[in-house]
Formats: sequence, structure tokens, C-alpha cells
Amino acid sequence: MAEPARRVPPPELSEEDTAMLAGDAGEAAALCLRLVVALARVLGARRLISVDSAHVDGCLYHGMAGLDFAERLVGLGARVAVPTTLNVGSLDLLHPGLVRADAGTTTNARRLMAAYTAMGCTPTWTCAPYQLTHRPEFGRHIAWAESNAIVFANSVLGARTDRYGDFLDISAAITGRVPYAGLHLDRNRRATVRLDCAAVPRALLREDVAWGLLGHLAGQTAGSGVPVLTGIPDDVTEDQLKAFGAAAASSGGVGLFHVVGITPEASTLDAVAGPGIETVHVGADRIRAIRDRLSTARSSRLDALCLGTPHFSVSEFERLSRLLADGPGFHPAVRAYVATSRAVLDEAERRGFAEPVRRAGADIVVDTCTYITPILAPGVRTVMTSSGKWAWYAPGNIGVDVVVGSMAECVASARAGVIVRDEELWAKQH
Amino acid sequence: MGEAALTGTTLHPGEATGELLVLRAPLSFWGGTGEDGTIVDEHHPQRGARLTGKVVAMPTARGSSSSSSVLAEQIRAGTAPAALVLTEPDAILMLGAWVSAELYGRRLPIVTLALPGYRALCGWGSGPVTVVAGPEEAVVSGAPSPRHPG
Repeated sequence: MAEPARRVPPPELSEEDTAMLAGDAGEAAALCLRLVVALARVLGARRLISVDSAHVDGCLYHGMAGLDFAERLVGLGARVAVPTTLNVGSLDLLHPGLVRADAGTTTNARRLMAAYTAMGCTPTWTCAPYQLTHRPEFGRHIAWAESNAIVFANSVLGARTDRYGDFLDISAAITGRVPYAGLHLDRNRRATVRLDCAAVPRALLREDVAWGLLGHLAGQTAGSGVPVLTGIPDDVTEDQLKAFGAAAASSGGVGLFHVVGITPEASTLDAVAGPGIETVHVGADRIRAIRDRLSTARSSRLDALCLGTPHFSVSEFERLSRLLADGPGFHPAVRAYVATSRAVLDEAERRGFAEPVRRAGADIVVDTCTYITPILAPGVRTVMTSSGKWAWYAPGNIGVDVVVGSMAECVASARAGVIVRDEELWAKQH
Repeated sequence: MGEAALTGTTLHPGEATGELLVLRAPLSFWGGTGEDGTIVDEHHPQRGARLTGKVVAMPTARGSSSSSSVLAEQIRAGTAPAALVLTEPDAILMLGAWVSAELYGRRLPIVTLALPGYRALCGWGSGPVTVVAGPEEAVVSGAPSPRHPG
């Protein structure tokens, strides 16, 4: 979203747009299209385009303003015009005891979630809508909010969305229109910096945690640009790309990345590289340095474990349940939380991956996430996670100290009650 | 010292005066600022600084798409900056300001300055700065502090 705003003409509107602004589709659609047009002017868009679907992040409670906006729209009779999924809210509606928000916040968060459902959005309550059955198709325009969902849709699915946020997301859903700008345009989808990972030990790249750390580096390096990775093995998983994108979108403003030979627009480096892009060479030492910088904890004693940011997938549940099979449960002093969506939890239950996680002592949280709402038990200071995104945001959001480690290190540490490292994994060579 | 004025582009219209606060690193309002308008980002060099009522200059914003809601709520609650001065248009912040203007009639001006003007502003010190953001053009004016010659 870095188009110049200087002296650009307002966007050309279609007949339908003009009619909608005049109120033909109702007052809510008129208000929402005015917002879309205001954004189009800022972005210097020449026109608006239609989207296939929307993913709305506005259902997470940040205060009265978001609730006032949603309830204003409901009051004006708003209905979404395209299939629309919902991001996490501030509550676990299925397990109400898990979130310890005060009564006022709980009431408002519930009202907000109800308002978005009333507008016809599907109550998916997940930051990982790409794990649901209906995925956007390659090359199609969509309007997605939530930074990790945006970067996954653009990069891994090859759909096209700009970095939308609260208010615009629901406005796009209600009008079906967005500015033709940003990552909808071919010219903004070229890579701006290359991260060559050929020197990273393959064993490290098999660990999801390494992808979160690599993503953190990519975000710092690319800013709001488009990183491209080279030297990546063929067997990279969607969970790893999820971890990479989520971290890159939080340490920087990355809305799209490419992996040569893996992601759909990057059959070759030439297919995506912008003119004269620089190459940054990444080795195990850089990845370990980021691990150590994100690990703010001074204590070796562990109070809690948080997994599932972005929401745990079925394959991650499978991996965790295997790590937990036949071993002891978690240390009695360690609280463990796994965040996921209702849909993934249903599938994990069906396939027998959820029960071993609960048996080991973990709480499975749905509809929300452990770093945006008060879930962690009082007194929790040191928390281990495999997520680069969780590690980046949790200290500021909920005031805890963090240790970053692989899923196996997380399990070993949560069992021992102290931080356990697999030093061989983090060594320079294997 | 006399008055100085810089001309920029309006991202969101409005008028405000406040002490200048130049951020030394990009900031995400979501996750990076508290309800009371204080910087809470552990990684930000100015953690603990209060943005409320200030004319906040930062070259670019960063991070989460939830920053629109956070800024809108700070405008509603009266803990927001007085104005924002950027070097690049930022849609997420504009949307927060747009919604607060629509819902509450409170207009937080957001303007962009070209880099030379932005750099000049960064040398003004911390005195009061006035931002007048019209429909298209914006003027940022103030009296550069003698201890911080521009």
C-alpha cells in the first residue's frame, strides 16, 4: 500500500458503484462504498474491482469504536454480498471459562461477534481461513484481513488481496468491491529482496520453528516489500509456509512472498525477481541469532507452553500427538495451551489427535488466541512457543517472557518444567 | 526563531496542534500502543513514550491490520495523537481516522510529507506544531526550536 497519493484523480466508478453510493443497495452499502472509495483515493487506484470472498478481522474487540461501527452497519440493515469468513474474536465461545476478561469487555466482545454474524458472515472464528475447505483460487481477487491470512492467500494460494484491515474488510464484504491497487496489481507482486537459504542446514529447515525465525528475518529485511526465498528443499510444508508468512507479516509489513520452485507464481527466480534485487545469504547463525533475540526469558523455569499461532492445523495436531504418545504428561507446574479453530478441532478429534494433547495436560482453545486476550493463568511469567509471531507480540500484549523452540523442544521442556534445548539442532552443521 | 511551514498531501483531513514527537522506528498501533496512547512495543526504542495529543511523525507505519481499530478507539477515547505525519500513505491508519470521523465527528489529520520536508520537520525539536490538512493539500507549521536547528 505504498502508492503515491499526490495529485491523482479520483477513481472512475462503474454505474453500479454510482448507484450504490446513491443508496440503491441500502444505506449500509452506501456508507461502506464511501469508505472503499476513500481508500481508493489514498492508494491512487484508477478504479474498483469485484472480489470473490472476504475474510473479516473486525470481530476482534479493540474497544467501543469497532463495536459502534459494526452495530451502526447492522442498524442500517447491512448484509454481506460475497462469502465471508470471520477471524478470531476475543472469546472462546465454546469454552467460556478459559478467557478471564472483565465482564464489560466480555459483554462487548460477545456483542461484536454477534453483530458480524448478523451481517451474514460465517462464524469460522479463525486466523487461518486457508485451513478451511473453501480456499480462494489462483489468480482470483479477494478481500482478506489478518496479516498472516493475507500473506498466505497471496503467496501460497496465489490469490490476490491487498493488506486489508478492520473496517475495510467488512466494507468490501458488503459492497463486493475493493480498490484496484497494491497486491492486486501484477507490478507490485515482484520480489524486492532475495534470501538465499542454500547454506541453512536441511535438518533445521525441517523444523517449523526455523520458518518462523526465517520469516522474522524476512520481515525485517523486506519491510513492506516482497521477499523471495531460494535454496529451499522441495518438501517444505504448508505449516512451515504459514509460520514463515505470519512472522514476516508481523516483524515487517510483508503481504506476499515467493519461494522459488514451491509457491505458484515462482516457477523460477526470473519469473518473480524485480529488477536488480539484492541477495541476502542466510545461514544457521542468523536463524539462531533471531531465536535468541526473540527469547526474552531470563529464567530457565517454564510456566506455560503456547502453540497454535496462527491456528494449529490438523497436521500440527498429528505431529504433536505423536510427540506426546507413550510419554509422560506435562509437568504439573506448566500450563499448556493449543489454539485452533472449531473446524480443525473437529477434524483433529475425529482422527484421534486431540485426545493425547488433552491427556498430556493441555487446554485446547478455539475461536481466539492466547496472546490477544487474557487466557494464560495468573502468575505465568515464562512461556515457550514454537511460533515466531507469538514470540514477537506476546511480551508487549500480555507481559510475559518468551522462549522460542521447536515443537519437540517445547514438549520436552513442558514435561521437564525447565527449558530443554536440542543443541545439535541449532549447531551450524549437521 | 521564526515560523516555518511545510507543504504536504492530505491522507485524512482535519486540523490539530500538539507537541512534535518524532518516532525513531516504525510503530504498529495494534500491539505497539496501549489504550492510554503509550508505546508498549518491547522492541521499540521509545517504549513508554506517550503519543496522546502529540503531532507524531514516523516515516512509515508497521505491522498488524488491526491498527485501524486501535487508532479509531484511541480517537474516540481521547488518547490518540493530535495528528500523524508520515512519508508514505498508510491505508490502515487512514481507515481508523475515517471511521472515527464518520461515527463521532472527530477528525484526526494524517498527512504525508516528501522526504526532504519530513527530514526538516525532524529537526524542529519538540515545540508545538500545527497541522492543517485540507481536502487535498496539507500544511505543517511551527517554530523550530533554537536548540535543534533544522
